[in-house]
Amino acid sequence: MTKLQRKILCFLLVLCVLTPIGILLPMVFDAGDAWGEWSATTLSDLIGYVPSGLEKYSNIWNAPIPDYSLNEADPSVVHQSGYYIVSGVVGATLTYLVTLLISKIIVKNGD
Amino acid sequence: MHIPDGYLSPQTYLPLMGVFVAVTAVAVKKVKLDVSARYIPYLGMAAAFSFIIMMFNLPIPGGTSGHAVGSAVIALLFGPWAAVVAVSVALIIQALVFGDGGITAIGANCFNMAIFMPFVAYYLFKLFSVNPMKKTRVFIAAFISGYFSLVLTAILTAVEFGIQPLIASDAEGKALYCPYDLSVAIPVMAIEHLVLFGIVEGLITALIVRYFLKSDPGLIFALRNKKGMHHD
Repeated sequence: MTKLQRKILCFLLVLCVLTPIGILLPMVFDAGDAWGEWSATTLSDLIGYVPSGLEKYSNIWNAPIPDYSLNEADPSVVHQSGYYIVSGVVGATLTYLVTLLISKIIVKNGD
Repeated sequence: MHIPDGYLSPQTYLPLMGVFVAVTAVAVKKVKLDVSARYIPYLGMAAAFSFIIMMFNLPIPGGTSGHAVGSAVIALLFGPWAAVVAVSVALIIQALVFGDGGITAIGANCFNMAIFMPFVAYYLFKLFSVNPMKKTRVFIAAFISGYFSLVLTAILTAVEFGIQPLIASDAEGKALYCPYDLSVAIPVMAIEHLVLFGIVEGLITALIVRYFLKSDPGLIFALRNKKGMHHD
């Protein structure tokens, strides 16, 4: 691994630790979900009904770590920040390894 | 900008899934040709970077939240085809593991953020045909590339949301999928990305490109074959 690559990895690690900014800032500034990413319940509050097709599809997939939280019911901001960091580390590591594997397969086959 | 399940009709998500699969097949061939083995660790890190940067939700005070994507800087540093692969992996893992973005919308989300965005970013940057020695110009071109590629991707996403009421409504005129039409979706998505998220994408793109320009300029894909650059 080159010096530059080591630096990038450190940078990524620091970013992982800082990810709770991504839940704290919206909380402090009273900002809701991203536009168009509401749950069926939230959408129902906004427009008074749940579109039938949306209802049919909205629970099609149960993600193992929904919303980057190990326990969505936990009210503690500190705990949620911890879950968010864990999700960041797990997700980024998985993404790194899968991309590495895919690129190795692609580039190897090119030789 | 991660479209969840249920917001897009099958008439929208199925064709986009098809386009995504077809473009990915081309990307695999292009990466095989363009990308040397020394890039591989960087691609993994680029994908991880995209994953993490999307976790930094930023608020429009009292309104919605949103985030940068990282596709622009990946396209400039390692080429748009490499960005297709790296950002797609991040988006698919976000959907499968974290429920961020729908399973049915994987094609749409990858088309928007992992295909459209890196290509727009790359060609916007190339429009300026900047001399790599002029660091301020490179910085400005990279900022513009990040800023506008994110804003245009937000508008593309808004179009996908906004055409749903036209495509699918029930007998009473109620939408079956996304209930907001183009007249709502486009202004909201465009404005929030113009005023905040795009600026963040632009700054990230410009700052990281500037860093690579100092530490390993030969690595930067979008600045290859320019006078004043060393080759290796």
